[in-house]
Formats: sequence, C-alpha cells, structure tokens
Amino acid sequence: MHFLLFTFTSHMRVTLSHPERQVEIPGPKRVKDLLRDLNLVVEAHLVIRGDDLVTEDELLKDEDQVEIRPVISGG
Amino acid sequence: MNCKKCKIKAVIGLPRHNAAFCKACFNEFVLEQVTRAIKGERMFGRDDRILVAVSGGKDSLALWDILLKLGYKADALYVDLGIPGYSTKSREKVQQFADSVARTHEAKLLIHKVEEEEGAGIRELADLIHRPTCSTCGTIKRYQFNRAAVEQHYDVMATGHNLDDEASRLLGNVLHWQEEYLDKQGPSLPASVEGFAKKVKPLYRLSEREVAAYSVLNRIDYIVDECPMAKGSKMLLYKEVLNRLETESPGTKQAFYCGFLEKQARALQQGSGQAQPAPPSMAEKDRATLHPCATCSQPTTAEICSYCKMMARAKAGSTR
Repeated sequence: MHFLLFTFTSHMRVTLSHPERQVEIPGPKRVKDLLRDLNLVVEAHLVIRGDDLVTEDELLKDEDQVEIRPVISGG
Repeated sequence: MNCKKCKIKAVIGLPRHNAAFCKACFNEFVLEQVTRAIKGERMFGRDDRILVAVSGGKDSLALWDILLKLGYKADALYVDLGIPGYSTKSREKVQQFADSVARTHEAKLLIHKVEEEEGAGIRELADLIHRPTCSTCGTIKRYQFNRAAVEQHYDVMATGHNLDDEASRLLGNVLHWQEEYLDKQGPSLPASVEGFAKKVKPLYRLSEREVAAYSVLNRIDYIVDECPMAKGSKMLLYKEVLNRLETESPGTKQAFYCGFLEKQARALQQGSGQAQPAPPSMAEKDRATLHPCATCSQPTTAEICSYCKMMARAKAGSTR
C-alpha cells in the first residue's frame, strides 16, 4: 500500500465512504490495482472518476478525482 | 474494456455475464432483466396499480425509476422511522426524486410518519419493548406497507430487494436450517388471504452492484450511508462473504439463489404429479393458519398481530 497523506502532493485524490475520508495515492494506477491495494472487493464497490463510472482496466492518473463507492448502502 | 453490444468504451464490466456495457446498453440490460422478472414471475400487468416501498436508498429509487420508465402505474410509500439525522436525509432524497422524476409520470408519493402514529421514533420504540431496532423496524414497515397497499386498493406492493439481498437471506436461512422461512422466500408472494397485499421483488435478477451502477449512471441521488441501526448486522456479513466468493468465482450468487428457486418450483411440480398428495403451497398454509387480528383485522397466526402486540407493549412501557 502506498498512501501519501501530504496535501502538497499532486497525486490522485480518492474519496472513500463508511466512514467518509480522503486519501492521496500516486498514479498512474489501474482501477483493479487501486482496489486491490486498498484491500477492497470489486463486487462490493463502484469506482467513479469525476462523474463517470470506470471499468476495472481503466488507468487512473494523478490529476484524477476518484470516488470509491460501496454498493451496500441504505437500509 | 469495450461494450459487448456496440463496441464503444464500456462503463461497467459484468463478469457473471462475461460482458461489459456502455451506459445505453447497460440501461437496456437492466430494463430487460426487470421485464423478464415481472413477466416470468407474473408479478403485475399494465393496468395494475403498484405501490413501491421506498427508503431513499439506491434499490427502491432505482425500482421506482425503472417501473415508471417501463410505463407502469407506480406510486410510492416512504415510512419515516424517525432515526435522528438519517431519516431526514433519506426523506429528502425520496422527496427530491418524487418532485423531479415521479411527478412527470403523474406518480405520487405517500408518507407515513412513525412518530405520529406509533408515538415515538424507531429507536425509542425498540428500547421500550426490549427488541432489536432492526426487527422492530421490519415489523412496522411490513405492517404499514401492507396496510397502505390494502386500504388504498393497490393491486401489488413492490420492494427493491436485489439478488444480493435474496442470496444473503437464503444463506442465513440455510445456515440455520430455518426451513419454515424458505417457503416464503420467492420473488412473487401471492395475496394469499383477505387483508394481505401481493408482494413482488422485480430487481431480484440484478446484483446490488448493478443496481448501484444504474443509479449512478442515471443520476439518481440516493442515500449512500448505511442505516446507522444496521451496523454489525448478520445480513451485512453474509453479503460480504458472498461478494468475496463472487469476485473469485463470478456467477456464484445467481447460481445459489436461482438454483434454489428452480429446486423450489421442481419440488412443487413433482409433488403434484405423484400419488402422494402435494405438499401444501404457501398460500394454502396461509389460508389454514391466518385469521384477522382482534385489534386491527390484519392477518395473523395469533389472536393479536405482532404489530398490535408491539404497540400495546410500547404504550405500557411509556406510561410506566
């Protein structure tokens, strides 16, 4: 896992939920590798870049704003 | 990854179908799956009035959206449980969807406030009657949705249960061998006795991830937080386990749940073709065991239904 939490870096910003938090992760990185590094299961998450859903083979770059959204929600 | 149908860039991969789709083709896939569920399970027809149980979550709002897009007559009921913060937020999401989408289809939103009728929010009620919050919530929701559907003459009540909900519930029932619950686990439950609405689950062919993707792609603003009362629930654990299995072996959830439905249907058919009498169907069992509650007239196996008993205990607890 390579987390960099310093705000002056220009790595991709990744928003996570439950609880909501942000981490910065160096790119470029494929979606499936990002999920694996964060120990998250593909079937339980969606990866959203900007406003768009992206597939597991998509390459994420440093300038990307990424949200990893758990699919289990509500109740 | 490119769309299996039109070959442009895909937005979602579906390993269990060995496919990937662009937004347009994914939406088509979702509508096809729901249509197949509605027709295959004879859930309702074009002229039926449907009451959708909405919570502000992705499943119920996606279901309402899909039914309206398919041209069905679908109103919705939201039960405000009075959970501090969470209920206000979820109600806003439902209201926003009703105003921006449902209204254009002339569909209406009904709201039931637990604090107004039951006298307290769900957490206080659960404390008063010494029962877990989730089971208190389940009893109230089942009761109020059924009551609204029956009293307001809807032909059928639809809930947003998806494949993951059904597979995890099946896993829980099988792990504990709760055979009596297996009978009642199906995507279409008939209005077996007077006072019970027909209940259907049109999203049962879609995984939780597929329903979430549909909501994101179609800009449905839903509540992403988990219900604070559901933290640590067994169902969430079963879902996690099934998602790990699904990631390693795509198609596991579908094979598990749809395999169960096939076996259930085959057991009923085999029973009816043999010399021995067929095992009683769920509707027959209901007709033999249910009668009107002495207090409210909704069907129950006891003299007084669990909702009325719960309300009586809550009333007694609050006056102590």
